[in-house]
Amino acid sequence: METVLEVNDLQTRFHIPEGTVYAVNGVSFHVNDGETLAVVGESGCGKSVSMLSILGLIPIPPGEIVSGTALYLEHDLLTKSESEMEHIRGKEIAMIFQDPMTSLNPVLTIGRQITESLRVHLGMSKQEATQRAVDLLDRVGIPESANRLGDYPHQFSGGMRQRVMIAMSLACDPTLLIADEPTTALDVTIQAQIVELMIHLQEQYGMSMIWITHDLGVVAGLADRVMVMYAGYIVEEANVDEIFDRPRHPYTRALMDALPRVDRRRNRRLKSIAGAPPSLMVEPRGCPFAPRCVHVIERCSSENPPLLSVGLSHKTACWVDMDTGKAV
Amino acid sequence: MESITPAQSAIPRLPVDELDTPPLTLWQLTWRRFRRHKMALGGVVIIILLFVYAFGGALLLPESVANYADTSMRLQPPSLEHPFGTDSIGRDVMARTISGGQISLTIGLTAVIIEVLLGILIGAAAGFYGGGLDSVLMRFTEAMLNIPEIFLLIVMAKFFGGKIPNLEIMGRMYSGSVIVIVMIIGLTSWMYLARIVRAQFLSLKENEFILAARATGTSNSGIIFRHVMPNSIAPIVVAATLGVANAILAEAYISFLGLGVQPPTATWGNMLDGSLNYLESAPWLWFFPGFLILLTVLSINFLGDGLRDALDPRSRAV
Repeated sequence: METVLEVNDLQTRFHIPEGTVYAVNGVSFHVNDGETLAVVGESGCGKSVSMLSILGLIPIPPGEIVSGTALYLEHDLLTKSESEMEHIRGKEIAMIFQDPMTSLNPVLTIGRQITESLRVHLGMSKQEATQRAVDLLDRVGIPESANRLGDYPHQFSGGMRQRVMIAMSLACDPTLLIADEPTTALDVTIQAQIVELMIHLQEQYGMSMIWITHDLGVVAGLADRVMVMYAGYIVEEANVDEIFDRPRHPYTRALMDALPRVDRRRNRRLKSIAGAPPSLMVEPRGCPFAPRCVHVIERCSSENPPLLSVGLSHKTACWVDMDTGKAV
Repeated sequence: MESITPAQSAIPRLPVDELDTPPLTLWQLTWRRFRRHKMALGGVVIIILLFVYAFGGALLLPESVANYADTSMRLQPPSLEHPFGTDSIGRDVMARTISGGQISLTIGLTAVIIEVLLGILIGAAAGFYGGGLDSVLMRFTEAMLNIPEIFLLIVMAKFFGGKIPNLEIMGRMYSGSVIVIVMIIGLTSWMYLARIVRAQFLSLKENEFILAARATGTSNSGIIFRHVMPNSIAPIVVAATLGVANAILAEAYISFLGLGVQPPTATWGNMLDGSLNYLESAPWLWFFPGFLILLTVLSINFLGDGLRDALDPRSRAV
């Protein structure tokens, strides 16, 4: 299977007046052709920053990409110039954002916003682009699409706007689609519709997808592989079945335990993870999860465990073997 | 049970076709808000009439009439032959307010074009790129703001005055001083607009839709002109409108001091200059040009006020 995107040792920091924010600390992963990779983690763990870094959308300064490569079909995106990246963004790699209420320009008609990338990237004429826009809106399930091109974003509901955003991102038939929590701002029934739509569209377009979320339910229904992030590190990476059946990192386990479940006793209190995530303003040392970990050993506070294989396509970064409870 | 309670009858019923009409576009909404503003509507009407007066009136009383001096008819009060009277060398005041009006209004509009171009360019560059460029441009803007505008106007008028030759555009001679005045007013008034544009860009560029636009591969110029500019058009339009009034006033001021447009080309401003010695003996000399300036500036200010309300989408007057 061909690798579409391969990221190696990506480190992103922000230099702000209060100090340095260690947002992403050496992240390596890959996305295969036609695959859906889910990136899971709590807010501020570096999910979005990693993706924005790859696309060159981090404001520099204050941001700084300290090290790393991001090979898209064997070309390093991090060394490309801004104008080269403009040809890749939207055409090769598209991105959908979290909040459809703020991701569309309020004073431009949606027709204009969809046709813009068609005309920039594919050099289409106005008529061709309009025709394509109607077709795209049909595909994402907007009724009477031809009549709605002249409408402004405020005339659409949240779910419909997210469909418009999806239509925009699919306009140039991208190879890779990065969806940054595309369902977080929507209510549950609309969420399900959007997830359904995305699965359907991915099959149709045969693209790879990176789906950033903190909703494990969505992950289970959609992902091929899952990557768990914590405080700017990848702590575990595995196939979707593996991660739900046999989580190997204490953080992943704690996350799974914290899930409310229909098949458990009703009066059981929901579990939470004790403590709070570490401050990203301190240079990381040791395992970032150590202060909250129930399996912590001495080595954890001084040495950060590398991401090691623990099975077929299953990697985890922990000094303790969860199955035996012994140090590795 | 036919009785209708007062509460029920008080509910306004929408006509059926109101529900079927398509939603209004932004411009339709803007027009709806604008036409509620009676003063602004009046302002628009007066501005149109003033343009008709200055540019249409020239058909009846062309510039040759305005510059024809009949020394036997000096300082005549208003009469049927000379409705606004004649000036100190016997020229018809009405004809001069007509051709002067063309110059004054043209100066107002063209100076604002320069003002807007400079203001947008400097404000957008500072707000969008930020950092060092922003600091340099804003310190320069503040420096310009710190020098009193009148002082700048006078110094620049003195410096450039007479250095630009007369121009012939569309069969009419324009005194080089007209171009000088347009440049000077444009160059001394962009600072306010630049600050507005910068503030707009600073806040707008942080919006998620800008990030989304960049993620679809939009270039910097595309972001600036297709995404940020349309969002900041309202304050720019309002500032530009009020700028026209200020430019007309500035021209009047500088011409009144004798540093502006040079005779025989008439403007409302330099007509006032010529009337200074006849304040009491020939009040018609200053009344008519003065009244026209007042009317223009007032109407434009009403228009600007109306636009400010109409273009603000948060305004509740729909």
